[in-house]
Amino acid sequence: MFSYEVFRIIWWILLGVLLMGFAIMDGYDMGVGALVPFLGKTDKERRVMINSMGPYWESNQVWLILGGGAVFAAWPHVYSMAFSGFYFAILTLLALLIIRPVCFKFRGKHKDESVRRIYDWGLCLSGALPPLLCGVAVGNIFIGANFQFDPMTMFIQYKGTGLFELLHPFALLCGLVSLSFSLTQGATYLACKADDIIAERAKKLVKVTAPITIVLFIIGGIWLPFLDGFQVVNGITGGPSNPLMSGSVEVVHGAWAMHMVAHPYLYIVPILGILATAVTMVKVSSMPKFAMITNSFAIMCIIGTAGVTAFPFLMPSSLSPNSSLTVWNASSSKLSLEIMLCAVIIFLPIVLFYIGWVIRVMRGRVTLTEIESDETAY
Amino acid sequence: MNDTVELLSRLQFASTALYHFIFVPLTLGLSFLLAIMETTYLVTKNEIYKKMVRFWGVLFGINFAMGVATGLTMEFQFGTNWSYYSYYVGDIFGVPLAIEGLMAFFLESTFVGLFFLGWKKLTPKQHCVATWLMAIGTNLSALWILVANGWMQHPVGSVFNTDTMRMELTNFWDVFINQEAQTKFAHVVAGGYVAGAAFIIAISAFYLLKNRSRELAIRSIAIASMFGLVAMIFNAVAGDTAGYVVGEHQPIKVAAMEGVWNDTEAPAPANVFIVSSQSEHKNTVSLTVPYLGGLLVHHSLTRPIKGLNTFRDENRERIKNGQIAWKAFQDVHKGIDKEANLALFKEHQNDFGYGLLLKKYNPQIDEATPEQIEQAVEDSIPNVTVLFTTFHLMVAIGAYFILFMAYWVFKAYRGTIATVPKCILLLSILSLPLPIIAAQLGWVVAEMGRQPWVIQDILPTSVSHSDLTMASVLISLLGFVALYTIMLVVELILMVRTVKTGEKVVE
Repeated sequence: MFSYEVFRIIWWILLGVLLMGFAIMDGYDMGVGALVPFLGKTDKERRVMINSMGPYWESNQVWLILGGGAVFAAWPHVYSMAFSGFYFAILTLLALLIIRPVCFKFRGKHKDESVRRIYDWGLCLSGALPPLLCGVAVGNIFIGANFQFDPMTMFIQYKGTGLFELLHPFALLCGLVSLSFSLTQGATYLACKADDIIAERAKKLVKVTAPITIVLFIIGGIWLPFLDGFQVVNGITGGPSNPLMSGSVEVVHGAWAMHMVAHPYLYIVPILGILATAVTMVKVSSMPKFAMITNSFAIMCIIGTAGVTAFPFLMPSSLSPNSSLTVWNASSSKLSLEIMLCAVIIFLPIVLFYIGWVIRVMRGRVTLTEIESDETAY
Repeated sequence: MNDTVELLSRLQFASTALYHFIFVPLTLGLSFLLAIMETTYLVTKNEIYKKMVRFWGVLFGINFAMGVATGLTMEFQFGTNWSYYSYYVGDIFGVPLAIEGLMAFFLESTFVGLFFLGWKKLTPKQHCVATWLMAIGTNLSALWILVANGWMQHPVGSVFNTDTMRMELTNFWDVFINQEAQTKFAHVVAGGYVAGAAFIIAISAFYLLKNRSRELAIRSIAIASMFGLVAMIFNAVAGDTAGYVVGEHQPIKVAAMEGVWNDTEAPAPANVFIVSSQSEHKNTVSLTVPYLGGLLVHHSLTRPIKGLNTFRDENRERIKNGQIAWKAFQDVHKGIDKEANLALFKEHQNDFGYGLLLKKYNPQIDEATPEQIEQAVEDSIPNVTVLFTTFHLMVAIGAYFILFMAYWVFKAYRGTIATVPKCILLLSILSLPLPIIAAQLGWVVAEMGRQPWVIQDILPTSVSHSDLTMASVLISLLGFVALYTIMLVVELILMVRTVKTGEKVVE
């Protein structure tokens, strides 16, 4: 059937799809979570916001879990390197993701409003920080990480200094882009689903966050050619998944811009990202549902830009460039990739079908009066 | 230093896994019980059953949130703390985890949302279907996790790749139908059903004792006890089968569970009480029952049980073979006499992992001293006292629940639940945590019994952890303890408050 290279490319694309799925689906409910203390003036309003994503947040979070599982299974080098190398960043993310479901489920069970305020801030932090951290993680692909492989055992060694090492200004910028489009996504969602009074506030907010996304994204694009990039030399694409056997990697100033320069048609990806964000800003007042679609498309383009720029790198090593993880040297075996592709082809359409069904069944705005009368609400 | 990182990482994994498994059995059991109650409502149209689903659903929801939250830790931790493990076996181990997310986790998470918030928007039939899908989702989730765990116990369908220095998948079907996986799956979910049933019976007994919500309590007990009795009988059979399968694939684990140091002739007796000395390789005190051992372990009166001391001798040989394999592998990498060394490696490949047992004592595995080999031999025997005790406690709890469930079914059949004496009600309340404790003990048996291996006979635990400092792991461990303790306190407060408020919660 297909060669090993084809499966590696397919899984690189699927990794992108999962990341986009996560950013779009969990992006909106994390965005809403982050906005809870700011757009909800009273407890009832905040409950409207929380209940607007009530039936969905659990399944949205699975995109991240599935993403983690897919990286583990399809890109085991990346999973083991990134999770242990960025130990405290990952554990911080984990702690936030643990707090989130607890805040959702337990908030409404407390009668005391001051206790509920604690949960509001829990939702805010656990909604704002994960997109930020994920953005920082993607940003670090362009910086490289401090790891190397022991040539005999392939044990991964680090010369890292922990959490703060990740906070390179460029990576931080990527984090802010991610936070900003998640807030736009959350606010656009509220414009569709929440009671009018909150929807109006959300629409105003989109007019602030969407331009910020555009500005930050453009700054990133201008900054990128001035960074030290990575480049594969004499690469082997269909060989065994051993980074030390797949050719060598060089550090070249400005290498990250080379894909776009060599293939100018790729500029369409970031340009569409900017345009779609602009359309979101303009149309959110009159057509919020359409704005939700355009912003989701913008998120796809922004993540896609990072993908085509970094290709074929998954995580370069600044410590020992030859240990860098690429699409060609860090995948699972061909059989594993094949089997998981079959699973994706069978189950992903089913999943999308029933998620779509649930969205349709639970359609309609969540209103203040409805919240008052519904005892099952959060 | 490395030893401490390993120890702390193990402590962190064990504590977070056991904490996660406080909530999992209840999720498994309660989701099916809710589906059964709701089906009963659909058939009988009696509003009391709807109220039951709503009421137990509130408690289920609190528990479910905790299960989901703590489950994330498990997925992340393979990478954060066991990165060499993840690297070495991700090709196989990762696949069931990814499929679990796709096939099961989306299902349960999507429909749990409908279960709670869909009462007004769905027709009763649609809602019932959603509840069933949620229940099926939680159970499918357990299936894939146990396929992954079963492979750690009995690594089939895979081969070591010398180019990539890791295990790679050769036959996914073998991994899926792995007997260890399938028998354990049955045992684990059945244990969860018993836990869910005991939970509902205990809280209903509390209402009977307080003389309130009597109708809800009596009907809940009737459903839960019947479900619980069937589950408990199934659980005992599944547990026995799981034990038999372990006896075939991991005989050392079974020998340690039964406290058998020396080979016992057929018909082998069973130890019912022992005081074991790990350093002297014997039981200083033991009480035995004739015939029972062979029947339980091998389902046979003619088959002897191999003792741990025999395994020590076998393992010593395998460790020495492992040294040869290691040396050959190293030479292949250095390019010394490549073909001959590759052939030599292939010859001793099955014992390669045993060579790795020496790594913690001597990084130059092939140069290990006889004393170091002896230390590795000692390590290759699981802790008998821990295994014997945890295993037998688990079995005792299981036996108790056969009687417990049978009693309540009998009372339900006679229609005399209302007249059950107070002392039994009290006992039932106190029995609430027992199935969860049994499940925890079961996991201790399964995982401690596999030591020193993380992948049986292939990868020792001592080489699998990440390149982390002791301080990092200590900080994260303390962080988990703090976060989880706060969560447990809040969770228990909410549970107790909900139980005290009773059915008014859903009115």
